[in-house]
Amino acid sequence: MIKIMMLSAAISLAATPLVAKEEAEVMHWWTSGGESAAIKVLADAYEAEGGSWKDSAVAGGSNARSAAINRMIGGSPTTAALFNTSQQYHEMIAEGMLNNLDSIAISNDWDEILPKPTLDAIKVNGHYYAAPVNIHMPTWFWYSKKAFNDSGIATEPQTIDELFAALDKLKASGYIPLALGGQKWQENLLFMAVLSNVGGKQLYLDVLKKRDAKTLNSPEFHKVVDTFLKLKPYVDSGSPGRNWNDTTSLVINDKAGIQVMGDWAKGEFTQAKKRPNRDYGCFAGLGDDSLYIVGGDVFVFPKTEDKQQILAQEKLVETMLKPLTQIRFNRLKGSIPVRTDIDVSSMGRCAQLGSRILRDESRQVPDGSMLMESYRYGSVKDAITEVWNSRDMSSKKAVKILSQALQG
Amino acid sequence: MNVIAIQMHFKRNLLAYIAALPMALTVFVAYMGTMFWSVRLSFSSSRMLPKNDFVGFVQYERLFNTSRWISSLENLLLIAFLFLVICFVLGFLLSIFIDQKIKAESFFRTVFLFPYAMSFIVTGLVWQWIFNPQLGVQKTVQALGWDSFQFDWIVNPDMVLYTVVIAAVWQGAGLVMALLLAGLRGIDEDLWKATKIDGIPAWRVYISIILPMLRPMIITTVVLLSISIIKMYDVVVAMTGGGPGVASEVPAKFIMDNLFERANIGIATAASTVMLTTILCLIAPFIYSNYIKKQGR
Repeated sequence: MIKIMMLSAAISLAATPLVAKEEAEVMHWWTSGGESAAIKVLADAYEAEGGSWKDSAVAGGSNARSAAINRMIGGSPTTAALFNTSQQYHEMIAEGMLNNLDSIAISNDWDEILPKPTLDAIKVNGHYYAAPVNIHMPTWFWYSKKAFNDSGIATEPQTIDELFAALDKLKASGYIPLALGGQKWQENLLFMAVLSNVGGKQLYLDVLKKRDAKTLNSPEFHKVVDTFLKLKPYVDSGSPGRNWNDTTSLVINDKAGIQVMGDWAKGEFTQAKKRPNRDYGCFAGLGDDSLYIVGGDVFVFPKTEDKQQILAQEKLVETMLKPLTQIRFNRLKGSIPVRTDIDVSSMGRCAQLGSRILRDESRQVPDGSMLMESYRYGSVKDAITEVWNSRDMSSKKAVKILSQALQG
Repeated sequence: MNVIAIQMHFKRNLLAYIAALPMALTVFVAYMGTMFWSVRLSFSSSRMLPKNDFVGFVQYERLFNTSRWISSLENLLLIAFLFLVICFVLGFLLSIFIDQKIKAESFFRTVFLFPYAMSFIVTGLVWQWIFNPQLGVQKTVQALGWDSFQFDWIVNPDMVLYTVVIAAVWQGAGLVMALLLAGLRGIDEDLWKATKIDGIPAWRVYISIILPMLRPMIITTVVLLSISIIKMYDVVVAMTGGGPGVASEVPAKFIMDNLFERANIGIATAASTVMLTTILCLIAPFIYSNYIKKQGR
């Protein structure tokens, strides 16, 4: 009897592929608690549409990306692979290794609904090569309400001078004024925050995109570098090597005043049961016209001739960009929806603030990784960390080191 | 040797050849093959994807114009010198100490060798916590009431390399001890009796007689330690992440960062070719004196 049951089960199993469930193997690096909950939203949405999701998670962004590239070179690509909204995948486009998504992009009006920096990163030579799923803004200012109150800081700083005044007050009342984890990428975030807030849009773009000698020798860029170096005395001695979340804990536990960190830091506050506007505050930049650095994640779709796979790829894109999926996914990921045409009133306060700023095109700037090749951005990060950590670094010498990396 | 003799020899050893074949293939295809491919790629313009063109020494030029690579090499030299000397001296002293027919010898042997059984990641993490000014030694001593006590080497760009050396020595000294102890045990008792009759002080015997007799052991030790220095990666990643700044960067970390994070295959393979050449130059004299010259005699 049991044998017969097993046999019939086997037959029915063998028969299922005929029903044509588009199986999509998706490679990504979202393995931590909040991240895996977020990707599960995408997986569930895809399965609800009748597809079948095969999860290939690889811990660590660069590991996952190399694994995806190796699968492509080896001739057995995954259906989709996660990358950052950047130039990381532009070399693959040039080699013709990715399928383009033109039909979906055009029928869904991507030119209209996506912010320009994101659009620029995925649209190469008039074709769309990646499906963006979210927007991360890497340089939010997070602060402890208690530390601000104790130090007599009534309002969020609106200018760089007010920021320094606030840092001085925090220092005077015994707080760590600026919480910074001394790892390369976090020091880079701090520099980018200074560049965008002190330099403004034109300088930001000129420094990171044009990289010409005139811009890099200008007094404006000197001022940016100078301001960056001036922040150093406000950082505590335990900073070098500290993880970003340990650093956020300093703000959560009211030991430090301000941290500059991406919107993903919100998850830490939420987990610690802290409430926005009561226990902690967030602002995206200094003043009402501060810039919004647009980063984020995209899925790319390796070239394949397999009809079934192409259908799966198209279905993936469609599902990921549905308004409801976007809201649910981004609420867990800490980012904001990549579409500017959907209602975000159900999201958190900081996310709503971010979405509002994002709708103003004049305040959008692309993340550094979208403006230069990964290898160049890597040496820029090396230069920033060198400048930040050297003793007696003059702004003149710092400008020289940074210029070398930017132009090299 | 005539043809028949060769055939006889081959027949007799046929099984041995067959048994060795898989390993030989692995070595030639997997190890040597990939090695040559890396060297080949270092002369191409590859970035994210391997390319098949030939651009000469461009990648090497760029490599040696990168200040992070230069400071990595300088750091490695300092680490190598200190690590070799301290590890060797400490390991030798430990082995002499254990060789004194002490009580509970196996206990001490295990204790000293134990760090070697731990991975470099664990070693790095443990020492990171010990050195961390807000968790480790500094905090403990300050909590004991000595408020002005400062021990912040790991966050100090001028001192951070020494913390890496300390962690590495802690791990490696046990291995030196074990190897040299094996050598010491092989030394004839009569030698000690003879030197005693001649009235030679013990330290003199160790330096002038025992050490030269331990030559093969010492060579093994030096080769093993050198290899672990050149591939030093995990301990740095776990302890300092190369920081503060670039103060504790090492070549292996430079290679890994460029290969994966920066998608810059060309410069990564150029850097690894430089490292490979360095290793070959270092161990060639040892190989020559130990294997090739002996056969020639």
